Amino acid sequence: MTSTATEPVSRPGATPAPPRQHALRRFVRAFAARPSGLVGLGILLVVAGLALCAPLFIGNDQLNVVMVNGPTLAPPSGGYPLGTDQAGRSILLLVIWGARSSLSIGIMATALTMLLGSSVGLLAGHYGGWIGKGLMHLTDWFIALPGLPLAMSLAAVMGQGTASITVAIGVTSWASTARLVRAQTLSVEARPFIERARALGAGNTQVMLRHVLPNVTPLILVSSTLTVASAILSEATLTFLGLGDPTSVSWGSMINSAFSGGAVTAGAWWYLLPPGLAILIVVLGFTLTGRAVEHVLNPRAVNGR
Amino acid sequence: MSLLKVRDLRVSYRTGVRESPAVRGVDLTLERGQTLGLAGESGSGKSTMALALLRLLPPSAKVTGQVLFQDEDLLTAKWSRLRAVRWSEASVVFQGAMSALNPVRTIGDQLMEPILLHEKVGEKAARRRAAELLENVGVPARRLRSYPHEFSGGQRQRIMIAMALACRPDLIIADEPTTALDVMVQAQILQLLTDLVREQGVAVIMISHDLSVLTQTCDRLAVMYAGRMVEHGPSEQVFADPRHPYTRALAGAFPTIGDPSSRRAPTGLPGDPPSPGSLGAGCSFAPRCPEAVAACRTREVDLWPAGPRRESACLRVLPEFANLADQPVADQPVANQPVKEGGAV
Repeated sequence: MTSTATEPVSRPGATPAPPRQHALRRFVRAFAARPSGLVGLGILLVVAGLALCAPLFIGNDQLNVVMVNGPTLAPPSGGYPLGTDQAGRSILLLVIWGARSSLSIGIMATALTMLLGSSVGLLAGHYGGWIGKGLMHLTDWFIALPGLPLAMSLAAVMGQGTASITVAIGVTSWASTARLVRAQTLSVEARPFIERARALGAGNTQVMLRHVLPNVTPLILVSSTLTVASAILSEATLTFLGLGDPTSVSWGSMINSAFSGGAVTAGAWWYLLPPGLAILIVVLGFTLTGRAVEHVLNPRAVNGR
Repeated sequence: MSLLKVRDLRVSYRTGVRESPAVRGVDLTLERGQTLGLAGESGSGKSTMALALLRLLPPSAKVTGQVLFQDEDLLTAKWSRLRAVRWSEASVVFQGAMSALNPVRTIGDQLMEPILLHEKVGEKAARRRAAELLENVGVPARRLRSYPHEFSGGQRQRIMIAMALACRPDLIIADEPTTALDVMVQAQILQLLTDLVREQGVAVIMISHDLSVLTQTCDRLAVMYAGRMVEHGPSEQVFADPRHPYTRALAGAFPTIGDPSSRRAPTGLPGDPPSPGSLGAGCSFAPRCPEAVAACRTREVDLWPAGPRRESACLRVLPEFANLADQPVADQPVANQPVKEGGAV
């Protein structure tokens, strides 16, 4: 949404475009009329704000296992509202710090998914024939493959780390986006303005990027807000399985270390529960926001425009 | 040198295993600044022919013949060259302006698109040109930032015309530019198109099923039937004194205002145009022709001269058939098909 708002301003030599602002205001109003979407957006803003501000009040001395001096695996108390882990770190601060890597991996993986999915979909829809067929066969193949084992083996092959998890999530989840974008591309390409664009000498790239892509963008946007949620879940799964960066704190790795650190046998529910709930809340936030955006942008669901 | 010379243009569509011909050998010449009207009913091949000139047909269409545009054969030209010719030298006004504009981009962007594609000018200069073009067709330039859905149908068609003129082409192909517009707007659009064309000396091929519209706006008129040209000549003459029974039927389908007899007895044409796959020997119009004789079903027809600067593909323009007009049709002994007695002409 922010990119839409800043685009007219950043265009050189152009004064702000009124029609686009109208459209933005209409979008905001329609979105505001959906309470669930507002709740979702509120959750996301709070979590994102906390994650962004975390370095201001969380330093190395609270995260480094050798520098902390709290009680180990202590239940919630005044000084530690959510208790401590086996090294004596505050669970509350860990959960807040974990949001940073969970959100950033989720968003980067989504960006990768959308990039892969929309380019494959756009190419497959634009070039029929053997290129389109080949790409769709590839897509079907990826849809048929079980995602988690593939992501696990990919992450294992590429080694532990943030980048490999991002790539693993992106590579396993682009297929459904590609199908979506291809279907929409086919329907846009059948419209007469594409014929007009060809008649005025537009080549394949021009047709795809200037005519088809803007018509497909709302769909990509909606699908990406919903994909972030599943990307965060996959990230948590993969890091829980120990495929993430072992030095960084994320929700998945917290549950992993709680599990391996004996939190279950010690009955330390305060160690297991908070990261799980955090995942739940953020995924809920993205899903609610995504559903609301989908509802606003879907022309069939729009009433009283 | 003529601007456009088309020789024996043939287009056929592949439908399954069979090929069905849509255009079956059309020749035409167009000079700079001339306007040519292309008339015919739906399925007569007029749009197919016009789009074949710029190779705008889907890949399933097979095009043969020669299209010499400024002495360059467009049917064998390289894709890059063809794309350069498209719009900068020959542009198209599409039917249905409602859908020929991209709904998610502003009119300004779309008007600038051909200019930026074909000419080495900056964005600012292109925007200025787009504003000029818009003013030329009677739409205020401040509306450059509006989206297509904010315009009326007539305005959109005006924008399409502005777009066609964007790169100062030598030829405009207008494919039914006034369909789906009401009569008043239709008249305005046609007037606008004729004025602009006259001012800038652009050649125009106008396609329509409306013979009266074409007569009004074009110098010359060509009538197509089943993928062939059946009559050709100066438009007033063709409309007022048709030499081909098909043209006669088309012209007769319009009631003359102020003439009650034409209104009470509108003349139509019975039957449907032949399907492209089932064309036999002889004149393809013969099964529907009220004046057909036996020779029509066997002898190949061609465009024969029919008076000064006129041509017709009817046997009756030939001297040996000229006196057939009075013979009753049913007396022909070799008629192997029952002749449909249709609307009297």
